[in-house]
Amino acid sequence: MRAMTESLTRQADSLSAEFVAEADELVSHYPVSKRSASLPLLHLWQNHFGFIDESGIEWIAARLELNPINIIELVTFYPWFRREQAGKTIIRVCRTLACALAGSYEVKEKFCQAVGLDPHCEHHGFGHAPPTTADGKFSVEFVECLASCGSAPVALINDDLVENIKPSEVSSIVDSYK
Amino acid sequence: MVSLLSTPHPKERRIIFGNISKPGYSPDIETYLAHGGYESLKKALGMKPNEIVDMVKAANLRGRGGAGFPAGAKWSFIKYDDGKPHYIVVNGDESEPGTFKDRYILHQDPHQLIEGLAIAAFATNVHLSYIYIRCEFPKAAKIVWNAIKEAKAKGFLGKNILGTGFDLDIYVHQGAGAYICGEETSLLESLEGKRPYPRIKPPYFPAVLGLYMKPTIVNNVETICHVKHILAMGPEEYAKMGTPGDGGTRTMCVSGDVQRPGFYEIPCGGVTLGELINDVCGGLKPGRTLKAVIPGGSSAKVLRAGETFKMKVKGADGQMVEKDVPLLDLVMDASTLQAAGTMVGSGGVMIMDDSRDMVWALNNLNQFYAHESCGQCTPCREGSLWMSKVTTRIIDEGARHDDAKNLKNIADNIAGRTVCAFGEACSWPTQSFLAKFPDEFEKRVK
Repeated sequence: MRAMTESLTRQADSLSAEFVAEADELVSHYPVSKRSASLPLLHLWQNHFGFIDESGIEWIAARLELNPINIIELVTFYPWFRREQAGKTIIRVCRTLACALAGSYEVKEKFCQAVGLDPHCEHHGFGHAPPTTADGKFSVEFVECLASCGSAPVALINDDLVENIKPSEVSSIVDSYK
Repeated sequence: MVSLLSTPHPKERRIIFGNISKPGYSPDIETYLAHGGYESLKKALGMKPNEIVDMVKAANLRGRGGAGFPAGAKWSFIKYDDGKPHYIVVNGDESEPGTFKDRYILHQDPHQLIEGLAIAAFATNVHLSYIYIRCEFPKAAKIVWNAIKEAKAKGFLGKNILGTGFDLDIYVHQGAGAYICGEETSLLESLEGKRPYPRIKPPYFPAVLGLYMKPTIVNNVETICHVKHILAMGPEEYAKMGTPGDGGTRTMCVSGDVQRPGFYEIPCGGVTLGELINDVCGGLKPGRTLKAVIPGGSSAKVLRAGETFKMKVKGADGQMVEKDVPLLDLVMDASTLQAAGTMVGSGGVMIMDDSRDMVWALNNLNQFYAHESCGQCTPCREGSLWMSKVTTRIIDEGARHDDAKNLKNIADNIAGRTVCAFGEACSWPTQSFLAKFPDEFEKRVK
């Protein structure tokens, strides 16, 4: 696997004025301490670039007058952040009890099969992208409770919550994201 | 979305979900105003702040996030005039397995939360507040942001609210996929931009040292929403809906093996477990019998079908007598479930029938806690992983004769030995599954 933080281009070299203005707006939400804006800026970065590279960590740290380690310790802690590109569509299947009772393990395997991934692939965390198809279109991973246990099993596909998923419906759900 | 029954079940009393269930109700401010929105805020702004705190106390409102601490008492720890800045942080990090109520409030009725928050802020001299929403609710974050802008445009937020001179700014802050951030001091560290390790206690309450080391109230989404209804109906009326010490309504989230899983807003103590399962949720699936109930989110200790509990109940002559109460007759309120050795917690009731394997269920929860331990305290960081590894091995390879003993030993050495309540949360499933279902572990011994 490619080294996680190694990329040919530095993300920070291609920042637009709009991006910087949006970052400034987010920082203004925290009049007491700029450091509070570190999560919002990481989200902004990941939403914009797809992942967070070394230059992103340095840029955010500099913008908030922090040391890069103050940002690295967040990127390495929170499961949401990654340091590699993931698929264009990320399928996050809920793994926890209510969904598991309703068949989420089978649903996750079906999602993997429908996009062409090994049904037993696992996400190793630690900043890696979840298992991703070779064409970069889809990633599939298990996540912990998505707080929708009444309509289990569920998956968060990009920003959409898909509920009461039947294994037989999985391939048509995937088709709607192609 | 799980839709509410179009007509409430007779056991339900919809206060928080009163508007959400109406046809055509949408999260915009015009709809909210057409349904009497922001009237409680107008009333509150004409009152003395301490009168509002007293009302919340008299209403016997307990926190709906899991710990169940009386909300009025929490607020009264804030000294209104101490000259320090105060903050309120709303905990919308809903992530306790089995709990799914705040999701619907945030998506469908954000102004209810904002109105409650503005009242709470006025009562406790707060001018800056954050709503912490888990990032797995990306649409909710957008909806709440939009609602904040709408409220500001109408003069319900911002500078000089409704001409009273009271200022309040509210911002949305998104989490990043960590269950631990639901723990209130972890949430504050997360909001401060630090690695979200829960803070060492004491002080036990963020009201002493909270956000930016200033007096802070952290309340759950549903808790804050109740505030506007307490003002609207008066604390006596509100308290009367519940039981003494546990006022108002509580949203019970039911999942697992029932016919109609979903969330039901029920007066506190208004149903027994049996009524909730068989009546409200339409009973178990055909041909199945009850095996286990986790009554208050995944951390709550599991209960076994057929159990009875020794409890003091009021006899016919009004005297308290000790009685054996069967599982299905347990009243779903804070004190009864506590007396039964478990908790009402966040209101997440998970039902498992006789088709379920309890070792498998425990392993699922152990994997959750192993994944979510923040790693600050050694007993929890190592112990939660050990428990998960042992139950996974039992499932894959069968149990060794001392596995049950070892599991209990690990769990017993986590609970009470950690900075935050996650230590208990991750040990209680193992301790209770072993105590209640020892046969399921024994039969796996090779």
